[in-house]
Amino acid sequence: MVTTNYKEIELKVGLEIHQQLNSEKKLFCDCLAELFNEVPEITFLRKLRPTQSELGQIDPAAFFEFQKGIKFSYEGNRDTSCLVEMDEEPPHDLNREALEAALIISLMLNAPPVDEIHVMRKTVIDGSTTTGFQRTCVIAFNGNVKTKVKIIPIQHIGLEEDAARKTGEDETLHIYRLDRLGIPLVEVTTAPVIHTPEEAEEVALLIGRLLRATGKVKRGIGSIRQDLNISIRDGALVEIKGVQELELVSLVVKYEVQRQLNLLRIKTELLKRGVKGEDLESTLVDVTNVFANTKCTIIRTALEKERHILAVKLPGFEGLLRKELIPRVRLGTEMADRARFWGRVGGIFHTDELPAFGVTIEEVNELKQRMNVEIGDAVVFVVANLDNASDALEAVKKRAKEALNGVPPETRAANPDGSTRYMRPRPGAARLYPETDVPSIYVSSKYVNNLRRNLPELPERKLKRLMDERGLNEKLAKQILDSKFSKLFEKAVEESQISPTFVAVTLTETLKALEREGVEIQKISDEQYLEIFSLITRGRTTKEAVPHLITWLSKNQGSTGIKAVKGLGLAMLSKAELEEIFDTLIEDNRGLLKEHKKKAFGVLMSLVMQRVRGRAKANIVSAIARKKLEEFDS
Amino acid sequence: MNEEFQGYKGRALQVLKRIGARVGDIVRVLKKGQKFEGILIPRSEFGDDKHIVIKLRSGYNIGIFIDKDTEINKIGPGVKPTFSPPPLPDQKTKLPRVAVLSTGGTIASRVDYRTGGVRPALTANDLYSVVPELSDIAVIEAQILFSIFSENITPNHWSQATKYVARHIKHGVAGVVVAHGTDTMGYTAAALSFALQNLPVPVILVGSQRSADRPSSDAATNLIGAVKAAASAPFAEVVVAMHETVNDQSIIFHRGTKTRKCDTSRRDAFKSINTSPLARFKNDKITMLTDNYNRRESQRKLTTKPLFEEKVSLVKFYPGLNPGVIKWYAENGFKGIILEGTGLGHISSRCFPIIKKAIARNILIGMTSQCIWGRINMNIYNTGRDLLKLGVIPLGDMLSETALIKMMWALGNTKDEEEAKRLLTSNVANECLCRTVF
Repeated sequence: MVTTNYKEIELKVGLEIHQQLNSEKKLFCDCLAELFNEVPEITFLRKLRPTQSELGQIDPAAFFEFQKGIKFSYEGNRDTSCLVEMDEEPPHDLNREALEAALIISLMLNAPPVDEIHVMRKTVIDGSTTTGFQRTCVIAFNGNVKTKVKIIPIQHIGLEEDAARKTGEDETLHIYRLDRLGIPLVEVTTAPVIHTPEEAEEVALLIGRLLRATGKVKRGIGSIRQDLNISIRDGALVEIKGVQELELVSLVVKYEVQRQLNLLRIKTELLKRGVKGEDLESTLVDVTNVFANTKCTIIRTALEKERHILAVKLPGFEGLLRKELIPRVRLGTEMADRARFWGRVGGIFHTDELPAFGVTIEEVNELKQRMNVEIGDAVVFVVANLDNASDALEAVKKRAKEALNGVPPETRAANPDGSTRYMRPRPGAARLYPETDVPSIYVSSKYVNNLRRNLPELPERKLKRLMDERGLNEKLAKQILDSKFSKLFEKAVEESQISPTFVAVTLTETLKALEREGVEIQKISDEQYLEIFSLITRGRTTKEAVPHLITWLSKNQGSTGIKAVKGLGLAMLSKAELEEIFDTLIEDNRGLLKEHKKKAFGVLMSLVMQRVRGRAKANIVSAIARKKLEEFDS
Repeated sequence: MNEEFQGYKGRALQVLKRIGARVGDIVRVLKKGQKFEGILIPRSEFGDDKHIVIKLRSGYNIGIFIDKDTEINKIGPGVKPTFSPPPLPDQKTKLPRVAVLSTGGTIASRVDYRTGGVRPALTANDLYSVVPELSDIAVIEAQILFSIFSENITPNHWSQATKYVARHIKHGVAGVVVAHGTDTMGYTAAALSFALQNLPVPVILVGSQRSADRPSSDAATNLIGAVKAAASAPFAEVVVAMHETVNDQSIIFHRGTKTRKCDTSRRDAFKSINTSPLARFKNDKITMLTDNYNRRESQRKLTTKPLFEEKVSLVKFYPGLNPGVIKWYAENGFKGIILEGTGLGHISSRCFPIIKKAIARNILIGMTSQCIWGRINMNIYNTGRDLLKLGVIPLGDMLSETALIKMMWALGNTKDEEEAKRLLTSNVANECLCRTVF
């Protein structure tokens, strides 16, 4: 990657962090705040209709979908959805457990809570909520979080319901699962004062750590989602949704900067070539017969289904569609994204990448002839039914025009490789109106002061304490801090007399290693870990046995540590049992022991330990070994 | 309520008056080093008098506690919301004319995101603008009858509604739609079923279970189904049009005398009781679900019997009911009582003496069942037989609410007790069917 001077290009990044809370119930009903993967028990079909506002604004993408008659199919089960998620019953009162967690988070971010909370409806008609709006409220403003070098203002801390998750779609039907709808989410928004990709990641890590320090947030994939607002000088404000991995944050920023810079280069090139907006008004041409005998399988299969091929000429765009913006993303890719979104087509073909895919040079030439192409022009075509093909190419034309202005302001979605794809145009001003079904909530200063007195330990303070008081090295201390076991660690250390470092290693590295081996460690409860540590303290098992015990427990759900010890034959051997083992081994290996004489102790220890590892303490074994060897020698 | 200070009272109201800020004005609040700027929003009447509510530029509302350290200033007048409705769809004058009468509530509305207010769409143009599909179905004539919550509807409103509906029918509309709050829509439907006789065209009552200001509202789809039926359904009866299931897929038409709101909240709250629904609207098509119905016949001459006797009551029996309750009605000039008895039509023998006295005073007493589903039969047990002997009138498979309205209507339209009794037990508007079909 080319080094970029972020200061010079005036990079500005703001973060919006969405973190699920781990409350037992959902935000506006008593359903379990959990996901399910089984076959749904309930399915139903809905449509959403954009409501008219006095401001006359309607989300263009949503309105488009409504006009196309998109319907939504919802799936639920009875544990995680009730009539509230189905929008068949008004919401219940705001979940106080979630509210308290949000207040605690606000206070830890130094943001004073508002006096009275008003739940609002934020219009969202993409089907991700059954109501057509998301219930949301602001909890606090004007907080801050400190990095090593500066203070990052936190503009807004909100509490809102998570949306349903999309599980499938075709041209007319989008499928959503209701389980996630209503899970409480805290939203933390920073000011756009972040100026490098690394700083974005640092701030995200800092906020994430602080959220986890409350012990009141969900963990695991999908439980935290980072949205990034990114702009550079002469570029545009682009909102990137749904970065799920913290490690991706800086890469996403780097790629977005690179993408915007390359789009600006394309703009310069287009201006140099003298391309103007009105050049891009050309009409769509039906070129189906050019490909009547094509060898391209994709086109042939589509034509067999009586699809059409429509084409549009993009004067002056030759060579630019294949220009790479970021790895694997070209201007052509961006046009294809638009075509997919607005035209519901599989993709596009363009002359910058042809001949290829079975399309011959003869076909390309004939196409160019039909389109009256001059030198420097590009042609884009799609194969679909006429309606979709025409929507797709209109979207391509629009994207081409936007290239004349450089970077289109839009909402993009993050891919797992750090690249992004077009999601929708940026929505207009947030359309919020009051959720009159939920009464406003007065937050008394007495209640807030009480919470303030009992705030959880700040992460940096805890890190220091883990090192100073528990004697962990920095790496282990950080691992414990970022793991979901930091509370369990403290409890285990308090309750047992084992070294904190051993507990920490078990809860981090050992578990990670076991997980890599395919052990389902999520099946082990906190109580089971505590029992294992207690068994070690009481001399009922050994440290060496721990991985075996965890593996056994993961396969025998609901069992106990002591049963695992017995089940694995790892119960500690009595002194008599040990002596018996010694006697047998000495008898069987008389020759060997005589032969080694001086080293007989080491040989015997190794023989015995092979048999009793995990069932006897090494110091006891060595004491018996010494005694037995004396007897043997005499 | 004071429009300028909607919902504000006490301390908050004093402060607002002092700084001269009204709802809709832009105010700035300084408190503990924080600054908030936004539009002053109406306060819920149930809120306390210590907070003001403002809508911030971000669109969020917050309540700010007013104490002595809170500094509030008005920094500008409110900006009136401007609304430029989308261009109206083309009027297709050849389409059937349909009257849409509203009684209150909002079958269609738009939201003022500035204040959060919801404004009902009441004129024909409003309706086209909010539900453009209507312009492909009919030419709408909109009229506001009342603007009241449906629980405030009285028999007097039924009489008025009857006259308005009749007037539109006489002016040749293809059908009438009455938008109604769902809570008492079943009662009004029954009342109109009796009051409008010899209907030449359909009369469709329609409501919604999710308010019209939300994208998921059932209002628009119900309204489209209702207008479609009014314009072109083959039947000429009074019906209720609502969602058939929780899906946005089909609108079902229940006969006005045989339907009841059976769920507080669900879209499919209305059910046809003891009969099949009359018709269904699905995939743009109306399908009749029975052959036995009153056909549309525009030449048929409508007659109205719009009067209702208000001194009629509905008494639900429950174990331990004090007979004094019935006595009170009997001694306070009531002309009829519908009993909602248990099972096949029973009430405790403790009530027999007062029932006897009431009947002796020419008070009509009819029996229905609180089971909701099923038909009463007072010949099975002694209690039933005794009540029949006392002169209690068995009302077959009639819904208790329908029986109440029918008795009001019968007593409203005749002074002759025997004639009233005869009307009560004969089938006027499919309310009382002889067969109980599985």
